[in-house]
Amino acid sequence: MTRIAAIAQAEFRIALRNRWVAIAVAMMALFALVLSAAGSAPTGALGADRLSVTVASLTSLAVYLVPLVALLMAFDAIAGEVERGTLPLMLTYPLSRPELLAGKALAHLLTLALALAVGYGIAAAAAFYGDPRAATGLPALARLYWTSLLLGGTFLGIGYALSALARRPGAAAGLAIALWLVLIVLYDLGLLAAVVADNGGYFTTDIFPWLLLANPADAFRLYNLAASEATAAAAGIGGAARSIPLWQSLGAIALWPLLAFALAVAALRRLTP
Amino acid sequence: MTRLTLSRVTKRFDGQVALDDVSFGIAPGDRVALLGHNGAGKSTLMKLVLGLIPLDSGEISVLGAAPGSRRARRGVAYLPENVAFHPALTGLEQIGQYLRLRGEPASGAQALLERVGLGAAARRRIGTYSKGMRQRVGLAQALIGKPDLLILDEPTSGLDPVSRREFYALLDGLAAEGAAVLLSSHALTEVEARTDRIVILSHGVMVANDTLAGLRKRAALPIELHVAAREGQADEVARRLDGRRVNGSQVRLDCHHDDKLARLEQVAGLGALIDDVEIVPPSLEDIYSHFSRRAAP
Ligand SMILES: Nc1ncnc2c1ncn2[C@@H]1O[C@H](COP(=O)(O)OP(=O)(O)O)[C@@H](O)[C@H]1O
Ligand SMILES: [Mg+2]
Repeated sequence: MTRIAAIAQAEFRIALRNRWVAIAVAMMALFALVLSAAGSAPTGALGADRLSVTVASLTSLAVYLVPLVALLMAFDAIAGEVERGTLPLMLTYPLSRPELLAGKALAHLLTLALALAVGYGIAAAAAFYGDPRAATGLPALARLYWTSLLLGGTFLGIGYALSALARRPGAAAGLAIALWLVLIVLYDLGLLAAVVADNGGYFTTDIFPWLLLANPADAFRLYNLAASEATAAAAGIGGAARSIPLWQSLGAIALWPLLAFALAVAALRRLTP
Repeated sequence: MTRLTLSRVTKRFDGQVALDDVSFGIAPGDRVALLGHNGAGKSTLMKLVLGLIPLDSGEISVLGAAPGSRRARRGVAYLPENVAFHPALTGLEQIGQYLRLRGEPASGAQALLERVGLGAAARRRIGTYSKGMRQRVGLAQALIGKPDLLILDEPTSGLDPVSRREFYALLDGLAAEGAAVLLSSHALTEVEARTDRIVILSHGVMVANDTLAGLRKRAALPIELHVAAREGQADEVARRLDGRRVNGSQVRLDCHHDDKLARLEQVAGLGALIDDVEIVPPSLEDIYSHFSRRAAP
């Protein structure tokens, strides 16, 4: 335990000094402010409280930002140690490879938790300011917060795995950005195109839901939008999102971080320094 | 009981032999220098001993345990070659982290940094350190918890001569307390009298494992006599002594240990033709190249 804490403490210091903490917090705060300003139009027509509406927009934002911030923090984690020559040294200490990863993940999750608390906090404050009924949306906000952390954890794990496989920080950064583009942007576009082409056929009814669950970002979006009536109404979703039971999207969100961490451990074990 | 035993250790990279049937041991208090050109296999040997890479055949015993096992890791310290710590941390924070990883309080960091002469820079970020100072940070972490065996990969590269002397003084202290030390270098001049034994690797083959005196004797390299002839007499001296003229006044003679006196007598016999004579034993570099050349394919 002290070993994991020792890694985490140094890593958090590095994140502070490299301005990672500042960048992540500022980015979340900025986007939250923009969202709140943009979402200040009357929402009474939808029947949803202001905070639920905010959570719906924050969910769409988090799907892009959280994986990006997580990957940016993670890509250097192993490759950087390889480049500096400190990885072989670390591995001669009485410290296991999973412990090394756990320490780094702890520090990066803490950074993410801070950034999300500030960003979501600002957005929530703005919602309360404009709508006294906003308290109705608090459970949805809490749900968004901890699932965002799980989503972040997933992409941290994937980022560590890429970092260990690439061995060089430059290559790891390239892989991380490519993965973000594929999983977050292209994946949904591809699914959309397939659903349109399929026109309500077998793919749409039987394969599409599983493909949504297989992508951690889609599972995250599904769960947060479908878990609350008000958010679902605000987001105007139906169809696919409604047809997938909540426990399935929740299961996917909960399993992904474990899977990603296992992937990272496997990649690091494969690495001979 | 030896601290480290290698028997018939062989390691290949994609069919390319990096270490070929290497065997030697290190006893407590022994300082052993591992010498060899770049690519001779020094770092590979150290990584095998640390359990960082698997060996192909042979056996390694570290403190009576397997390389990389918990027991071995607890008692072995390592200084990797060209290590660069994170530039954003201070020396104090970095050493504090390593202390905690070994289960010791981080408060011991200042004392360790003072031991390697970094006391004043302890609170500065490593990014501002010179190469020699970074090397000292590496050395400081290797001193944590009184290790039984130190594996130091080119520890004196990047150190100025004064720092190098301080480093060897530190090593003397460790050895006196019973630590075994294996350090590598690509120059015999860097380690010379400061180690107890010298192991020379050449293309993965161990070509020597002896004390410096032993190496000198086994190499049996010729001694050179540098004879300075008087003005204008160099040609005459070279002819009469059967030597090589190297410039206007200098004549060189090679001779073996046993006929050194006879040759000196000959020189003395020339009397007035001679200005001065110097006996030059084989240099450390000569001895080193003698051994490291032998196994070249
Ligand atoms: N990971 C590796 N993969 C392939 N070849 C390697 C690897 N590590 C070392 N080698 C090769 O093994 C030989 C010995 O290298 P090394 O032990 O680093 O030499 P030294 O430390 O004596 O300079 C070299 O020919 C080097 O190219
Ligand atoms: Mg080397």
